[in-house]
Amino acid sequence: MMTHEIELKALMLASLNGDAASYRMFLGRLSGRLRAYYKGKLTGIGRGASEAEDLVQEAVLAIHIKRHTYNPAEPLTPWVHAIARYKLIDFLRRTRTSISDVPIDEADMIMARDDNVDAESTYDVKRLMERLPKNMRCAIEAVKLDGRSIAEAAEKCGISESGVKVNVHRGLKTLAALIARETRT
Amino acid sequence: MKTDDLVALLSTNPEPVDRSSVVRTLFVALAAGTIVAVGVVLVGLGVRSDFMTARAFIFLAVKLCFAVGVVGLALVYLTRLARPGGERAAPSFVVTMPFLAIVLLAAISLGFAPSSHWSKMIVGDEWLECVLSVPIIAIVPFAIAIWAVRRAAPTDLSRTGAFAGLVAGGVSAMAYALHCTDDSLPFVAVWYGGTIVLCTLAGAALGPRLLRW
Repeated sequence: MMTHEIELKALMLASLNGDAASYRMFLGRLSGRLRAYYKGKLTGIGRGASEAEDLVQEAVLAIHIKRHTYNPAEPLTPWVHAIARYKLIDFLRRTRTSISDVPIDEADMIMARDDNVDAESTYDVKRLMERLPKNMRCAIEAVKLDGRSIAEAAEKCGISESGVKVNVHRGLKTLAALIARETRT
Repeated sequence: MKTDDLVALLSTNPEPVDRSSVVRTLFVALAAGTIVAVGVVLVGLGVRSDFMTARAFIFLAVKLCFAVGVVGLALVYLTRLARPGGERAAPSFVVTMPFLAIVLLAAISLGFAPSSHWSKMIVGDEWLECVLSVPIIAIVPFAIAIWAVRRAAPTDLSRTGAFAGLVAGGVSAMAYALHCTDDSLPFVAVWYGGTIVLCTLAGAALGPRLLRW
């Protein structure tokens, strides 16, 4: 358990400095842990793998959007667990289930098991992106899907470079909100 | 969508992250809230008329010590609560210290005074103005504090809301002290302490609605 903490924390710190390869590895490994965690929680109340996958993706998006709230002086596991649990409780409230139906857990459980059986989530992000305002969509497509630099994206979308950064950030937040609404069943 | 596709999307061109932004945002919010609160008191109520006398200065200092103590301690906990899981590491009873101190001082000062003065010392002249002013002046600082906390990621929304209310109430009391001429420790303990607690309860009630993310 300790080794996950050390390795993932090292990846997280590199990610916070803007290292794309570390960040990809970090999110990839984290999503395996989150999947095992959510499947364990949701099967107990009779919910399926695709709903667990919705939650994995909501949590991954939340971790991305809120990554500036991680304090490097603190261990990573409790931070991840707090976000994962918050999103679980939020999901249960949306779907009118009580948290008392779900087994209680400790922070360590978030790193306990890994699950790489990647199911599809119930929504299509490409379709949801069509609902974003033009500048947000253009900025996310250019920077995040096509992998262009900020300067190239600015030219393509016809906005300033800081405008691209703001639009990517706001766009992902809006997307997260759309996904949360979409998965309200 | 596959989670791998989402991971690929998010990890393409990641921006470096400013790690001190949570704390800095809260301090900016505190500064802005204080400026607004002091501005409201200066424009709306005016500074106490005997502002330049030594007696006024001493009592202003006592009120400010109490309010600054409340704000300082509350802000320390708010910076923790604003982060996911922050509520686990924060036993928050320390914030009651300024309240206990002022109640203790108030009790001592009542003990030294003849009991016929007690009601005057507790009720003062302007208790109603104090009860109305502190919560009203706290509204804008509270809104700014909520804005700042929303930029972070609290996971215990009631408690975080309560601490945002506590900070706002303390800031408001700091500003109101510039105007208030009721100079007795029991008055400060009851009406300042009471209204700050009221702000805290309001924050706790509003937190789950205002802070969801």
